[in-house]
Amino acid sequence: MTDRHPGFSTLAVHAGAQPDPTTGARATPIYQTTSFVFNDADHAASLFGLQAFGNIYTRIGNPTNAVLEERVAALEGGTAALAVASGHAAQVVVFQQLLMPGDEIIAARKLYGGSINQFTHAFKSFGWNVAWADSDDIASFERAVTPHTKAIFIESIANPSGSITDIEAIAAVARKAGVPLIVDNTLATPYLIRPIDHGADIVVHSLTKFLGGHGNSLGGIIVDAGTFDWSKDNKYPMLSEPRPEYHGIKLQETFGNFAFAIACRVLGLRDLGPALSPFNAFMILTGIETLPLRMQKHCENAKAVAEFLAGHPKVAAVNYAGLASDRYNNLARKYAPKGAGAVFTFSLKDGYDAGVNLVSNLKLFSHLANVGDTRSLVIHPASTTHSQLDDAAKVKSGAAPDVVRLSIGIEDKEDLIADLEQALTA
Amino acid sequence: MNHDAYDDNYIRAILNSVKSIAMVGASPVNVRPSYFAFKYLAQRGYDMIPVNPGHVGKSLLGKPFVAQLADIDRPIDMIDIFRNSSHIMPVVDEALKLSPLPKVIWMQLGARDDAAAEKAEAAGVKVVMNRCPKIEYGRLSSEISWMGVNSRTLSSKRAPIPTQGMRLSLNRMSVGGGETAASDRAAKNKSEP
Ligand SMILES: Cc1ncc(COP(=O)(O)O)c(C=O)c1O
Repeated sequence: MTDRHPGFSTLAVHAGAQPDPTTGARATPIYQTTSFVFNDADHAASLFGLQAFGNIYTRIGNPTNAVLEERVAALEGGTAALAVASGHAAQVVVFQQLLMPGDEIIAARKLYGGSINQFTHAFKSFGWNVAWADSDDIASFERAVTPHTKAIFIESIANPSGSITDIEAIAAVARKAGVPLIVDNTLATPYLIRPIDHGADIVVHSLTKFLGGHGNSLGGIIVDAGTFDWSKDNKYPMLSEPRPEYHGIKLQETFGNFAFAIACRVLGLRDLGPALSPFNAFMILTGIETLPLRMQKHCENAKAVAEFLAGHPKVAAVNYAGLASDRYNNLARKYAPKGAGAVFTFSLKDGYDAGVNLVSNLKLFSHLANVGDTRSLVIHPASTTHSQLDDAAKVKSGAAPDVVRLSIGIEDKEDLIADLEQALTA
Repeated sequence: MNHDAYDDNYIRAILNSVKSIAMVGASPVNVRPSYFAFKYLAQRGYDMIPVNPGHVGKSLLGKPFVAQLADIDRPIDMIDIFRNSSHIMPVVDEALKLSPLPKVIWMQLGARDDAAAEKAEAAGVKVVMNRCPKIEYGRLSSEISWMGVNSRTLSSKRAPIPTQGMRLSLNRMSVGGGETAASDRAAKNKSEP
């Protein structure tokens, strides 16, 4: 029998999970335990010394979380993954493996506002610097490369603007600079875009959004593509040099093409501590089983709503890459042929005040700071998620003051359109 | 034989059939990858023989070191070479002088010598390059999934309860890459200029 390659929907249901060896339970059990017994002293020492695979303590790993990790790794086409407490935790853990004080990253300006804050303020206190570049101008990434550059960070589909990033072009810049490309694939999910196929070395997610998909659990994940050679120079000592934490083990030499995921676990998660609750892992896993079905419906609804808004007399502009007239439509056709996602922005002819009125008149859309829920959501980014930016930076990140962001759910699209219609005319 | 990507069934058949493994370049230092792999495979029930001329007179987990393959007193099913690519050929030459011949020559993660592989294959010996038997065993038995690693296997069957020293079942139905081949493809694209 030769190997068969299962499809995406099969992996979404099965990857990483098998009937529980002890009880035969078919759904993945919630291993709600802090710790795991050792067989004997040698087993304990082997686990602590990274000589054996196994469970020690839930801050470092947990069997429920492991199923989630393997599943997302399989969906993204990576070698391994590490689940953590939130999308933001995933970013901190990734950069802690790559950066020393004085090092730099290059990040796209079009990012989730929380990530812009994290990079600008929190990272400054670690001595990590950010150079900003413009995803619509690939040369701006090249110009930003310095001898201190250690990584490039982009979003596949940017929040809030819904614009599509030319991942392959930026991957080429990263390759030339000899640094890994990190892609936040939260808004696309691997169902729409698989960044590793386009040259990403590391993929991160806020599982809180479409992957979990039901607005009930925070989580984050780091996927190792297994593509980057960490030992080709001495830029990444966490992976290439003997680790004093583990009596001199070199992680890439020992773990090969999943060494980055191991570093994130045994250096990052172990020492920084943002572990994911097994209960949240279970909720997110259950969500992932229906990811393909939900994403199809999210995208179908989003396109219908965007088309409705684009034809409405009170609407000034709709930024949805799935519309043929959108400036990102060509990139959407290339990178996300199944759909351009379900988060996008639009602006009203009567400006900021009309946007505020619209939000308060909506009856079905929930006004809150999240995306990727089964429910449709609305927010005004300039006064909330992106409020800490100055006006110029707001415009550059796709959150101009007159812009309203929608995250389209999986309700009936006719009801969503009717709600927007009544709110626009109220 | 394509040495860029191996079918799971090729690796599984090797790990299921070999019983004795000589590890060339085994280190007694307990943070070296060879030590990890030696210990892991010994615990899975393989008859392990450490080969390293620098440590003759000592033993590794109770197994005495030998200086060279020719010094081993019993037939060896597999030779696992823990040396870098430039030191592979002499070991393969040594291995091909053994009688009976080994069934498998395995070169560790990071090690690859296509000329040596061709020579071994011409003599009827199976070859694996740039892989770790510990990682492959852990992957195919899904034990490595505890570490969030993509095992690239699926199963609706209950796995045996893992206990120390027991050989985990390698016989999960393999459904191959689950498109994990994407990472191999990406790695290849990267190495092109
Ligand atoms: C694109 C993107 N990345 C990262 C995050 C941060 O994720 P979390 O809230 O799970 O920390 C968010 C949250 O809104 C996001 O939209």
